[in-house]
Amino acid sequence: MRMDRSLLVMALVFVLLLAAPFVLPPLGQSYLLSLLIKAMLLAIAAISLDLLVGQGGMISLGHAAFVAIGAYTAAIGLESGIENILVLLLLALLVSGLCALVTGALALRTTGVYFLMITLAFGQMIYFTLTSLAPYGGDDGLTLWSLATFFGSDVVQGSGQLYLIILLTLLASWWGVQRLSNARFGRVLRAARDNPDRTEIMGFSIFRFRLTAYVIAGMIAAVSGLLTMQHAEFVSPAMAAWQRSGDLLVIVVLGGLGTRNGALLGALFLVIVEEVLGSFLHEWRLIYGPLLVLMALHAKGGLSHLLFPANRTEKAGVTRVNGEQA
Amino acid sequence: MYGKADAVSLTLFLIQCLNGLQYGTLLFLIAAGLTLVFGVMGFINLAHGVQYMVGAYLVFAFQQLTGNFFVAVVLSLVAALLLGLLLEYFVFRHLYGRDHLDQVLATFGIIIFLNELAKVIFGPGTLSIEPPEVLSGSVQLTEQLRYPVYRFVTILAGLAVAVLLYITVTRTRVGMLIRAGATTPEMVSALGVNIQRLFMIVFGVGAMLAGFAGVIAAPIFAIEPGMGDNILIIAFVVIIIGGVGSIRGAFLGALMVGLFDTVGRTLLTEGLEVVFPPSFSNQVGPALASMLIYILMAAVLVVRPQGLLPAKGAH
Amino acid sequence: MNVLEIRNLNKHFGAVHVSRNISLSVPDGQCHALIGPNGAGKTTLIHQISGVLQPDAGEVVLAGQNITTKKTWQRAQAGLGRTFQLTSVLPSFSVLENVALAAQAKSGSSFRFFRPAAREKDLNETAMAMLERLGMKERAFVPATDLSHGERRLLELAIALAGAPRFLLLDEPMAGLGRVESVMLIDILADLRRSIPMLLVEHDMDAIFQLADTVSVLVDGKVVAQGGPDHVRNDPAARAAYLGDTAQ
Repeated sequence: MRMDRSLLVMALVFVLLLAAPFVLPPLGQSYLLSLLIKAMLLAIAAISLDLLVGQGGMISLGHAAFVAIGAYTAAIGLESGIENILVLLLLALLVSGLCALVTGALALRTTGVYFLMITLAFGQMIYFTLTSLAPYGGDDGLTLWSLATFFGSDVVQGSGQLYLIILLTLLASWWGVQRLSNARFGRVLRAARDNPDRTEIMGFSIFRFRLTAYVIAGMIAAVSGLLTMQHAEFVSPAMAAWQRSGDLLVIVVLGGLGTRNGALLGALFLVIVEEVLGSFLHEWRLIYGPLLVLMALHAKGGLSHLLFPANRTEKAGVTRVNGEQA
Repeated sequence: MYGKADAVSLTLFLIQCLNGLQYGTLLFLIAAGLTLVFGVMGFINLAHGVQYMVGAYLVFAFQQLTGNFFVAVVLSLVAALLLGLLLEYFVFRHLYGRDHLDQVLATFGIIIFLNELAKVIFGPGTLSIEPPEVLSGSVQLTEQLRYPVYRFVTILAGLAVAVLLYITVTRTRVGMLIRAGATTPEMVSALGVNIQRLFMIVFGVGAMLAGFAGVIAAPIFAIEPGMGDNILIIAFVVIIIGGVGSIRGAFLGALMVGLFDTVGRTLLTEGLEVVFPPSFSNQVGPALASMLIYILMAAVLVVRPQGLLPAKGAH
Repeated sequence: MNVLEIRNLNKHFGAVHVSRNISLSVPDGQCHALIGPNGAGKTTLIHQISGVLQPDAGEVVLAGQNITTKKTWQRAQAGLGRTFQLTSVLPSFSVLENVALAAQAKSGSSFRFFRPAAREKDLNETAMAMLERLGMKERAFVPATDLSHGERRLLELAIALAGAPRFLLLDEPMAGLGRVESVMLIDILADLRRSIPMLLVEHDMDAIFQLADTVSVLVDGKVVAQGGPDHVRNDPAARAAYLGDTAQ
């Protein structure tokens, strides 16, 4: 019953998101649409981070760099004359996948705090690399004068159409990561999170599984980056800043680590809170900071836990009697 | 033939070496506090960077108030220590032994708060202070070589702190407790030592080191909100290279990174200029140089993941 | 045929020679017990066999395959099963899922991203069969963290067995068990050893004398006596090692 409840809420959220572009503009609330887009783009990146942190137990503070890599690869592709969004997508996946493979292979030689610091450092390295790209704006970033097209048509441009594409991508990544978590791969990942020695002794090479997860997560984040570029019509090295990585981590924890809807709820919540707080107080971070501290000290389980209180057996990863993951 | 040009570039090279040394000692001050707190308490303090920033702002504020740099330094150190102890008491104490994720989140929140506070109190712009009269000007080191007195003094100050730390950790009773607390905290408290007080002392020392680094850096670098964030990551690179939990490692790592970054930057730009036009090499050079230290970190990770001088038996 | 063979294993920790020229072999259908006072180097030896530590010299051969330099997971894939001295299971997984995962390791690639693993019939059936054999069928859906100590020991064994091992490494399986549970485990192991040869590290002498076909006595990293249980019982070197040791 509880499981159905969380699925129901997810379905509701998706229906609302689907209705928004048709309902909000007539109500004069088009600004809300751009907020929702922002939330969805964050959610896609957060879903991929949750794969790493929630499922895999790998706390990365450099994940935003992959979002930036996706955005920049697409931007550079555009500037070089490649217009087709599918080709740009392929490029973004390739470049981000490669970067994730190399940095992951090095970073995953460590765990815990060391892994944290190394992902932080690699993220910073990518940030600096992006600031050095003088022909593409360097520190200031790059405004795009032409956007990606779908085989020549501009159906992938503009807030309205792009909104639906982004929603679709969100749905796809949410569904994909869900399948992945319930599949053999996800099980090994979670086992490695809970007891790496035991998992190795069973006969699994933890390194290989974690690296695969790292690459997949990097690629999904890159897709979010590409769509961000397409929406904002602008890319900047700030997208790779570690504060952005921190934001993603906050979203994932706020929403509920390792839960099926945590990333999306966290992203929506954060965007709304930022907007509401920011409208009252320009220095809203003075409240946001201590809020994070309080959350870290007291709130276990995040929003998902609040909305769908679970007993101990329903913690992420436990098989339910009927075989579904909580 | 040894000509004037060679003398000039040799001088330039030596100045860069000294700059590298100065940057290195600054990095050591920051990294030492970081590695100490992690080595003893297993606590990853991301907020260490803002404590550095706080030091810089404090010395600025006290300098404005008292007009005397040295008084300002002393007051800043005291204030930095107080702030560190307050943070420890209200927040960090509850995070020892907690999930790393909780630690990251809490310290992240503190960074956001303090950065914003700095912006609110001092404004978002860059501030600067001058080094004190008695330490201004340059010192003639060799016939060709002149180096700013203040920078020279900071190198000496950094080295002095390093020696002091080394003696404290290896020769004194407190230092022994610190090393013991790092490896077997249960044993230490079983011996009747107040582990909570020990942790507080360690954290306080770490806070003062960060604050001191901020204080001496203030006249050299720009004072601005967020100035601690980037140098924090460099400090992480330092302790990864040197070995987490090891002060000797922090020292070696800091000097390596300081020299690599500063000297490497110059060498790389000049090296590129041999082949490429200045417009290119002036842009790409510094960027590549920024990557150098990460490449160094990656190399250490491949060859010796535990760091160059790892602490024995620590976390 | 010797399923496990250890030849001239040597290991130093700095200046300390912790494993001195250790050799032993376990043929099919046999249980080989390893006993010795604390600090003799039993755990170090187990670590070298299972891949946690690398020996400085010597060889570990499993079913004819030299696994001396192989990683832990590779040895598991080669057929080595192991239980830990300090129980090590997956706490957030159910009992069934713990065992099913162990079976999954030997059932084709786990780089599968779509089919829900919890619905794989053959994995679940293998796991259930294992649990039934160990009398834990009713606890199948309980989270592993809720098990009693004795039940966890059995789960450990189920996990090791689910991987269809060629050889079993058992590190003090009786540790912490009550009388009744010990008897049950001894029965199970007695039954098992004919189909899966094993190396048993133990202090419980009852278990040793009921299960072991061969006993090696390890003192200060060296094998001082090796042979049938009765032979070793009367061996002067072995007795000397145990004088004052309250292993009984």
